[in-house]
Amino acid sequence: MATILTVDDSASIRQMVSFTLRGAGYEVLEAVDGEDALNKARVGPVNLVLTDLYMPKMDGITLIRELRKLPTYRFVPMLTLTTESSPERKAEGKAVGATGWLVKPFHPDRLLATIEKALG
Amino acid sequence: MSIDLSQFHQTFFEESLEGLETMETGLLNLSPGEVETEAVNTLFRVAHSIKGGSAMFGFSAITSLTHVMETLLDHVRAGRAGIDRLLVDALLAAVDCLTETVLAMKDGGGHDDRHIAASEAQLQSLLPAHSRIEVFRAPVREPTDEPEGKGVAIGATWRIGFRPFPHLFKTGNDPLRLLRALAGVGKLAVSADISRLPAFGDLDPESCYLGWDLTLDSDVGRETIGEVFEWVDGDCDLVITPSSGGPIPLPESMLPVPEADHHEPVLYDPHPSGHAHGEPSRTGSERRQPVSPGAEASSIRVSIQKIDALINLVGELVITQSMLSQCGQDLSSQGADNSIGGRLRDGLAQLARNTRELQESVLGIRMVPISFSFNRFPRLVRDLGHKLRKNVELRVSGENTELDKTVMEKIGDPLVHLIRNALDHGIETPEERRAAGKPDTGVLHLNAYHSGGRILIEIADDGAGIDSRKILARARARGLIAEGDSPSEDRIHDLIFQPGFSTAAEVTDISGRGVGLDVVRRNIKDLGGVVEVRSRAGQGSTFLIKLPLTLAILDGQLIRVGEHVYVIPLVSIIESLQVRKDRVSSLAGTAELYQLRNEY
Repeated sequence: MATILTVDDSASIRQMVSFTLRGAGYEVLEAVDGEDALNKARVGPVNLVLTDLYMPKMDGITLIRELRKLPTYRFVPMLTLTTESSPERKAEGKAVGATGWLVKPFHPDRLLATIEKALG
Repeated sequence: MSIDLSQFHQTFFEESLEGLETMETGLLNLSPGEVETEAVNTLFRVAHSIKGGSAMFGFSAITSLTHVMETLLDHVRAGRAGIDRLLVDALLAAVDCLTETVLAMKDGGGHDDRHIAASEAQLQSLLPAHSRIEVFRAPVREPTDEPEGKGVAIGATWRIGFRPFPHLFKTGNDPLRLLRALAGVGKLAVSADISRLPAFGDLDPESCYLGWDLTLDSDVGRETIGEVFEWVDGDCDLVITPSSGGPIPLPESMLPVPEADHHEPVLYDPHPSGHAHGEPSRTGSERRQPVSPGAEASSIRVSIQKIDALINLVGELVITQSMLSQCGQDLSSQGADNSIGGRLRDGLAQLARNTRELQESVLGIRMVPISFSFNRFPRLVRDLGHKLRKNVELRVSGENTELDKTVMEKIGDPLVHLIRNALDHGIETPEERRAAGKPDTGVLHLNAYHSGGRILIEIADDGAGIDSRKILARARARGLIAEGDSPSEDRIHDLIFQPGFSTAAEVTDISGRGVGLDVVRRNIKDLGGVVEVRSRAGQGSTFLIKLPLTLAILDGQLIRVGEHVYVIPLVSIIESLQVRKDRVSSLAGTAELYQLRNEY
């Protein structure tokens, strides 16, 4: 089963995402900000990255830009968590190589559907 | 799959309260007029984060207020709104309101909608007119199973022309996944367009050269198909047409499409043997071990009862160990000094050492940095400063000094009292300060440090100091000091701790009611501590609090009087001395006097 790296500075969102994904049989790695995520992604293969945008130390946009520079992450699906009110955030994500996005707030079922869509 | 979101609520409350604390500190550190991008960014991020969480878990009251905060902070961030006192006050009020709301929700209670609305209105009034927000609604999206009925006939055939741009793979998207998704909603016929495929030598394996013409038999609407291609919008040419046959109209950029390059349409095979591009496949054996998700947690929350139970147990253990030591000594003194006795003594000595270390470690659990108590003071000083129209700068040092949690909880109120006093009576108004040749802004210094097994807390202001003459006059009027008596400066200052002793000219709602410093002294005494004051007229006052590090365990000195043994707490012993017989004199055969330092 695929390994998913979920990146969010909010513990409750991280818990909710991990719980949902683990329940569906995915392996889940958690990171608290972009820097943490970059370190964890370097350690081992990750099949999908799901990241929040606003985080301390390193934001989601920078994280995606940095990950895309790594040879092993050139084609890995990367999704951003974004709010409905920010279409420009979706565009900003795409500009640095994000695969797609998941609109907040989301229902656990929607999260799973989105992950399935990105992993195919 | 149904997931109970309420299991994440406690985490959300905890992190929100933490975030709100961060916001409060951040807001207090913002200076009006100044633009500190990083500080504003942090505020924005926290508001955004709480908004996101509250929307996720359905706390709409919190969502709507944090949304306005976020919008306002976004304006500040973009330089469209300035930082002034009005803004900081409104944001602080909102933080208070949110803290109250979250605490109420955490305890399972209701919240005050009017308070939230009022706070929201206060923030709204600071927003530029055009960007006021009417109502914010962020419903959780429930997936719907209802068929889409929007304008499309059921049972239609869709023809889709899909020509990805060469860079498509670099966004992490894969045409294969899109085709699979389409195959999941209907019967899909696929025809590949290989017209753009270059000669093998020129082929870049990381570019996408293929295009597809798709025919989808499905009763889904255009929206569902659009959603499949949502993420590649801008990374491809896409034409979706409802069709009963005929050629797919392609935009100019996709032409020409030579017939010869079209392969025969094949029904889509969901399990293709190879990948379209060179992403390496992974086998199970290459998979890494999962990193423990709890690795970032460096502390745990434990209820205070558990710790106290542990401390009590260790207390009992210390007593048992003392008893055993005593037995060991008695055994030795009775001459049982054989090899068993020697081993017993060694064991008991080791037990004594380990018990002492265990006791120290366990007591260490109760120790918390005094910053837990100090953290509330920046806000207090700011608000009081406003109210009194005084400029006060709070300096804090030694905030990492540790002391017992119980002591810290009980020292909070006395500290608040002393700080209020310093602001009300100590530090002067800017005009008075200027007249005295001091800078407009007064300084209140809060300092904590360890010394001689005690913790010392200093509250120092650079205000007017204590007016000795005024105090002396009042003390004489109250009969506390005799007319002819001229006490030392220190003794006069100490009088302010007398009950009902206030020299404040008028009673304010901050301090000056005369109930005060005596209560402070009593509370500190109850903790086994003392409070002293040093003051110099015109230069300021310093209150010094000395406290024991812990209340859980008291070291004492055993005293035997006749047959009775008493324990005197070490903290209560000022001095101990060895009595010399030649210094004892009898007084008329009934009483005895001891001569110490040439006095009786």
